[in-house]
Amino acid sequence: MRRIGVFVCHCGTNIAATVDVKTVAETLGKEPAVVYATDYPYMCSEAGQNIIKDAIKEYQLEGVVVCSCSPRMHEATFRKTVAAAGLNPYMLEVANIREQCSWIHKDIPEATAKAIVLGRAAIAKVLLNTPLIAGESPVTKRALVIGGGIAGIQTALDIAEAGYPVDIVEKEPTIGGKMTQIDKTFPTLDCSSCILTPKMVECAQNDKITIYSYSEVEAVTGFVGNFSVKIRRKARFVDEDKCTGCGACTEKCPVKNIPDAYNLGLSNRHAAYIPFAQAIPNVAVLDSTRCIKLTKGKCGLCSTVCSAGAIDYEQKETFVEEKYGAIVAATGYNPINIDGYDEFAYSQSKDVVTSLEFERILKADGPTEGHLQRLSDGKQPKTLVFVQCVGSRESGSQHGCGKEYCSKICCMYTAKHAMLCREKYPDTDVYVFYIDVRTPGKNYDEFYRRAVEQYGVHYIKGMVGKVAPQSDGTLDVQASDLISNEQLHIKADMVVLAAAIEADKSARPLATMLTASMDTNDFFTEAHAKLRPVESPTAGVFLSGVCQGPKDIPETVAQAGAAASKVIGLLAKDKLSCNPCVSHSDPMKCNGCSSCANVCPYGAITYEEKDFSRRQDGSMIRRVAVVNEAVCQGCGACTVACPSGAMDLKGFATGQIMAEVDAICK
Amino acid sequence: MTYSYFPGCTLKTKAKDLDHYARISAEALGFTLEELPDWQCCGGVYPMAKNEIATKLSSIRALAKAKELGQPLVTLCSACHNVIKQVNHDMQTDDNIVLKANNYLKLAEPYQGETEVLHYLEVLRDKVGFDELKKKVVNPLKGKKIAAYYGCLLLRPGKTMQMDNPENPKILEDFIRAIGATPVLYPMRNECCGGYLTLDEKSVAESRSNKVMASAKDHGAEMVITACPLCLYNLQKNSGVSDLPVVYFTELLAEALGLK
Repeated sequence: MRRIGVFVCHCGTNIAATVDVKTVAETLGKEPAVVYATDYPYMCSEAGQNIIKDAIKEYQLEGVVVCSCSPRMHEATFRKTVAAAGLNPYMLEVANIREQCSWIHKDIPEATAKAIVLGRAAIAKVLLNTPLIAGESPVTKRALVIGGGIAGIQTALDIAEAGYPVDIVEKEPTIGGKMTQIDKTFPTLDCSSCILTPKMVECAQNDKITIYSYSEVEAVTGFVGNFSVKIRRKARFVDEDKCTGCGACTEKCPVKNIPDAYNLGLSNRHAAYIPFAQAIPNVAVLDSTRCIKLTKGKCGLCSTVCSAGAIDYEQKETFVEEKYGAIVAATGYNPINIDGYDEFAYSQSKDVVTSLEFERILKADGPTEGHLQRLSDGKQPKTLVFVQCVGSRESGSQHGCGKEYCSKICCMYTAKHAMLCREKYPDTDVYVFYIDVRTPGKNYDEFYRRAVEQYGVHYIKGMVGKVAPQSDGTLDVQASDLISNEQLHIKADMVVLAAAIEADKSARPLATMLTASMDTNDFFTEAHAKLRPVESPTAGVFLSGVCQGPKDIPETVAQAGAAASKVIGLLAKDKLSCNPCVSHSDPMKCNGCSSCANVCPYGAITYEEKDFSRRQDGSMIRRVAVVNEAVCQGCGACTVACPSGAMDLKGFATGQIMAEVDAICK
Repeated sequence: MTYSYFPGCTLKTKAKDLDHYARISAEALGFTLEELPDWQCCGGVYPMAKNEIATKLSSIRALAKAKELGQPLVTLCSACHNVIKQVNHDMQTDDNIVLKANNYLKLAEPYQGETEVLHYLEVLRDKVGFDELKKKVVNPLKGKKIAAYYGCLLLRPGKTMQMDNPENPKILEDFIRAIGATPVLYPMRNECCGGYLTLDEKSVAESRSNKVMASAKDHGAEMVITACPLCLYNLQKNSGVSDLPVVYFTELLAEALGLK
C-alpha cells in the first residue's frame, strides 16, 4: 500500500473554530495507509509548505492529502509544493474542509466528523491516483479581434503595441462601431469622433494590424494557441486597393432613397456609399440589394465617374483562412427594438425617438446637422421629456421584449442629453422620468448633480404611462410623480426614450463557433465573475466590451486593455502546458455511438476508423472516439454520457470517484 | 355556423340595440347566435379573489353549457366578455379554482376551460373575415370619419384577453374600414371611461369620459363606436360632449349590411 501523508490546516480560525483539527489529524493518522498526519495554522504559508516537503522526504510519502480550503483556492499551490519535494504533482488531493464544512456548519462535533469523512474520501482517492504529465502545444503568435468598435480597436492597438500581429474582423464596411454615432461623451463632454477617429486611423496605419472590414467569421476550429479561423469577406463591389474614397460614385449614384443605417434610418443614402466621412477603410460600398447595375444590369454610372477604376461589378465574396493563438470577442451591442412599447407612441409619432436617434440629431453630421429639431416639422422643441429604463429592469414578460438587467449607460447619457439641451437652448424645458438615477463612476454623480442644480433639468421619480400625440402636433405625456404622488400631464414637443441595450445578434452564433458560454441574455460569460473577468471559460477566448455585459466607454476601454494584456501573456509563451486531467477513450470498449461528441461542449472529440483486424478473425475496422487532449477541458460530461464505459477522465477516473463514495458511505 | 351566445343583462334592458343589430347582422353574414338557455348574470366585474369561487360560478355554468352544446361561446358586451374570458382562463390555469368549482357544481363532466370564448368582433375578424364582410356590405359608409372606442375591458389584461395589442389595437379600425368608413386614430381610444365610478365618484367618470370624447373630436371624428354599454352610457351622459354621437358598432354593421 502507498505511503500517505495527511496535513490538516486550521486556516487561522476559519476551520479551527468549527472543526477540531487535532482530532481530525489524529483520527486520519490511524487510517491504514497513512504514515504521517499533522495539523498547522496556515498550511499554505511557506512554513506550512515546508512541513509538507520535509514530511515527503522524511517518511518517503507517495501520496499527499491536504485538508484545507477549496481546491479552487490552493490546489495549484500544493501541487507545486509536492512537486518541489520530488513527487508527481498529481499525487496530491485536497479535502475541502472549509467551504464545504467549517463555513457551513455550526456544531463542532458534527463538523469534525464530517471533516474526517472528507479526509477519508481524499485518502481513498489518492491511493488510486496515477502520476500525470502535462503535455505541451505550440502557440501561433497572432491574435484575432472580432468586432471593430471601440472595444475591438483598443484591444487590437494594445496587442499590436506589444509587437504581435492582430487582425480585426468587422461586419460593417467600416470600423468604429457605436461610438462613431455618438455626439459627446460623458462625463467630460468631449466629442466622441474627436477621440475615436485618431484610434481608427492608428489601426489603419499600424503595420501589425490587418482590418477585415465588411467581413464575418465563418468557422472556427482548433484550440488555445492553435485556432484556425475562416473569414468571409463580403463583396463590396469596390476594389479596396484602388478606391481613393473620393466619393464621386456616392454623389452620382441615382438610387438615393435607402435608409441610412449610420443615421438609424433618419435620413437616406445612395446605393453607392461610404458610411460616414471618417470611415476606415475610407472605401465605398455598393449596396447589392439596391444598386441598379447589380440588380437589373443597367446604369453603371459609378463606374464611369470612378477615376481610379475601382468599381468592380463582378467582385465575389472571398474567404481568408488564418491561424491564431488567441481570439477576442468584441461584438458589442444594439439598442433593443422598442416597437412593442406602443404606450410611448414610438411608431405613431416621428417626435418620439430613441436616445441613439437623439444622438444623431445632436451630432453635426446627423440628419439635422446638429440642430435640435423635431423630425416631424423641423421646429425646435421647447419642451422635451426623457424617459429612462425603457425595456431595462423589466420582468421580461410585460412587453415581451424587455430586459431584466440594468443597461447601465442610460442614466448618464440621459443626463448628458438633458444638459446639452439646456446648455445650447436655454429656452427649453427638460424633464427626465426615472426609476432610480444610477451614477457610480468617477465624476458621474457630480455630472448628474450639475444637470439638476446648474442646468435646471427637472428630474421626476416615476414612469411615463402614455404618450398621446395631439392634433396640434404636441405630445401629451401622462406620468406619475411618485414623490409628490401626483398624476402629471406634460405637453411636450419631443419625447426621448432610453431604450435598453442588448448583445449584438452576431454574438450567439459566434459563441457557438467558439464554444464559449453565454448567459440567458446572450452576454458572454466570464471564466470567473470577479477574478477572471476578461477571459471566457473556453481557453484562448477573451472578452472585450459590451459583449460581456453592459458598460460605458471608459469601462470598455479598460476591459479592452485587460483583454489585450491577457492575450499578450498568452502569445508571449512559446509553448502551452495542457491540463493532463483530460478524457481518454478505451478503443476496445468504444462502439462509436457519438454520445460523447454530442455532449462535449468544447468539440474535443472526433472519430477515427481503427483497425482491429487479427489474423484469426480476419479484417475488422471500427469507428472509435478520439479525444484531442489539447482541446479537452476535463469537464467529464463524456464520461457520464458514454453508455459502454469507454470514456474515463484522467485524475477523476470512475474508479477513483467510486472509492471516494465508498469511503464516505463506509 | 352556430355559436352559443351569452347576451348579458344589459343587452336585455338598456342595450337592446347592441343585441338586436348583432343578431340580424349575424344571419346576414351566415352565422347564428343561439342564446344559452338559463344564462345568469356574469357579475359585471371579474372577481380577482383567489379564495372565493362563488362569484365565478355563473360564468362557469355558461362556459360548461357551451361545452355541452359543443359550440364556441360568443359575447358582445365588453364587461361580460372580460369576466367570462378571464374566468375561463382561470379554469385553464388555476388548479385550485378548477378543483373547488367542479367540486361545487358536480357537473356530469368536470369543466376545465375547454370552451372557446369569442367576442363578436373576433368572430367578424377571425371566422367571417373582414374581407368577406367587406364583400357583403351593400351600403358602405363612405366618407364617414368614425372613432373606435375600445375602453379597457375589451383588451386588458392583454395576455388573457388575447384579442389585440392593448396599447395600439386595430380590430375596430379594421372593422370600420371593412364597412367602408374611415377610422380616426386618437390617443384616448384605449383609455378607461370611468366605468362604474359613475355611481360612486361621478366627477372621475365625467373627467375620464370628457377626455376621451374631446380627444376623438379633436382628431376630427364624426361618430364614436363602442362595444360596451357602460362606455356608451358614460360617453353619452357624463362627457359633457353632446354633439358627437356614440353608437354600438353592431348598429353601424347592420346599417352597412342594409338591415337598418
